[in-house]
Amino acid sequence: MPRTFTYIVHKAGLADESAGELLAAARKIGPAQTPVALVVGYGADLDAVCESLRGTFSEIWKLSNESLAYPNAELVRQALVRVLPQGSILLVPHNHFGVDLSPGLSVKLNAAYVSDVLDIERVAGNSLTLVRQEFGGQVSTHVQCDITSGAVLNIRPGAIATHGSVQASASGVIVDQSAKVGPLTAKRRYLETLIPEAGDVDITRHAVLVSVGRGIQEKDNVSIAEDLANALGGAVSCSRPVVDAKWLEKSRQVGSSGQTVRPKVYLACGISGSFQHLAGIKGNPFMVAINKNPKAPIFRVADVGIVDDVLEFLPELTERVLEETSVAAGRSRE
Amino acid sequence: MEILVCAKRVPDTSENEIQLNGAGNDIERDDVVYSVNEPDNYAVEEALRIVDRTGGNVTVVTVGGDEDEEILRREMAMGAHQAALISDEAFEGSDGRGIATILKAFVQKGKYDLILTGVQADDAGAQVGGMLAAMLDYPFASLVNAIDVENGGLKISREIEGGSKEISAIDLPCVLSIQTGINEPRYVGMRGIRQVASREIPTFDASTLGLDGGQVGEDAAKVKRTDYFVPVAGKGAEMLEGSREEIIDRLVAMMRAKGGLN
Repeated sequence: MPRTFTYIVHKAGLADESAGELLAAARKIGPAQTPVALVVGYGADLDAVCESLRGTFSEIWKLSNESLAYPNAELVRQALVRVLPQGSILLVPHNHFGVDLSPGLSVKLNAAYVSDVLDIERVAGNSLTLVRQEFGGQVSTHVQCDITSGAVLNIRPGAIATHGSVQASASGVIVDQSAKVGPLTAKRRYLETLIPEAGDVDITRHAVLVSVGRGIQEKDNVSIAEDLANALGGAVSCSRPVVDAKWLEKSRQVGSSGQTVRPKVYLACGISGSFQHLAGIKGNPFMVAINKNPKAPIFRVADVGIVDDVLEFLPELTERVLEETSVAAGRSRE
Repeated sequence: MEILVCAKRVPDTSENEIQLNGAGNDIERDDVVYSVNEPDNYAVEEALRIVDRTGGNVTVVTVGGDEDEEILRREMAMGAHQAALISDEAFEGSDGRGIATILKAFVQKGKYDLILTGVQADDAGAQVGGMLAAMLDYPFASLVNAIDVENGGLKISREIEGGSKEISAIDLPCVLSIQTGINEPRYVGMRGIRQVASREIPTFDASTLGLDGGQVGEDAAKVKRTDYFVPVAGKGAEMLEGSREEIIDRLVAMMRAKGGLN
């Protein structure tokens, strides 16, 4: 069995929570072996991350280079190609960095590549059986991956449970592999990161979110959700297609590339429920899904599901909520 | 600027419920509406906007069969100057690496300053663009949501976490995967499609591209999809049934209990 390496994403000296998930995934591939944490970066932040991993990984490879202070995937790739042993298995989180790094890296390593892996089901000889999803999570697939010449696997964040993967007593060894990295050059140069401007409504501060997706069909229909949100004293948020279509501002988008929200109640209206969208919903709210498609993946994660057309359902719900609240207001006046 | 856009025809998830076929080895493809992969439309639109500023041509290419010509015509109706269909039985069963190998051979037959792909296909893994770039030794960037042409190269923005943008300079030639929302793809009507109906689309096969079975197709694939199955339900939602009025009754009571209604 080749050695398994886990790529540690980190920021400001802290390892991303994907580190534990990748360790759990590595254990599924080779229960008997000790996965290596690969940490790429520079300076005090890099040292802090390596040190913090000593409790969970028994071996940590540190790749330090001034030009790796910002994780430019092209530079990281060059470094990894020089350091990784032939035939290794490398696990990377399937986030914006993993999508940037892994396909090209697999070519340079002449290794197999599988993106967005949800689970590692079986290991038999030189073949891994992996679970993926297609069509926005409507169907799952098994994928056979030939690891004879190694593999790069991008693991979906949050998909693999970390329970039991932490070794409480480990005192990991930090191995400095920086000398193997050598000089790095890139045809793509990082310039800066732009933080988004605040929008008109801060959806992260609302207890009730009426969130609309593609099912709202056109810009004029967003007012149907606004009416319900007003009746409930909440705000309207949305999924990515609504922003892509310019029906709502980017600041209203819930998801890994948008806002992270922690409401008490989340009404997903015409939202299919991609994992990128769900990644932005934290704090385990009471989630209601309304969707015409009974197979929509959102019904697998919502608390309550209603198969209906949001354009017809929402106005009736709004009317009913207004009746309820006016009754309540009448009571409080008495 | 000479721009190549790699596009793909996929079952349209906005038009269909995707279901398994009886044997569980594929999705049910009868009566399924196919469309061009949505992010690829954004890539074509972006290519057209760039050549509007810099001059040049947009070529759209796909790897597939005769049925895939319809998406090439659609993208020509959007304004792409030419299209090419890469088709050969030997390509069937190719994994992402195989498709990238085929495209590399095609790219080397021409001269392109910029190669665009959609960010991801609904039935694939956001991989071909990055692989193609590595094979060509071109720089690559994924999730691109803005492109400016300047100083003989490009200044690009990538969509990273929390709505932030990572700004980079990138040399040409390069490969970029285009995120949805970068622009508003222009509308294509039936009239536009009819106007390009008789335009010739050249076909490239394995021999014209100098490829053999050792590099592409099923035998070369290291990654193979073996079956489809229904995803595990998780806890699953409690489905409310009955008349709309009954459903709303129950929902309002639940929301009141959960603090969503005061």
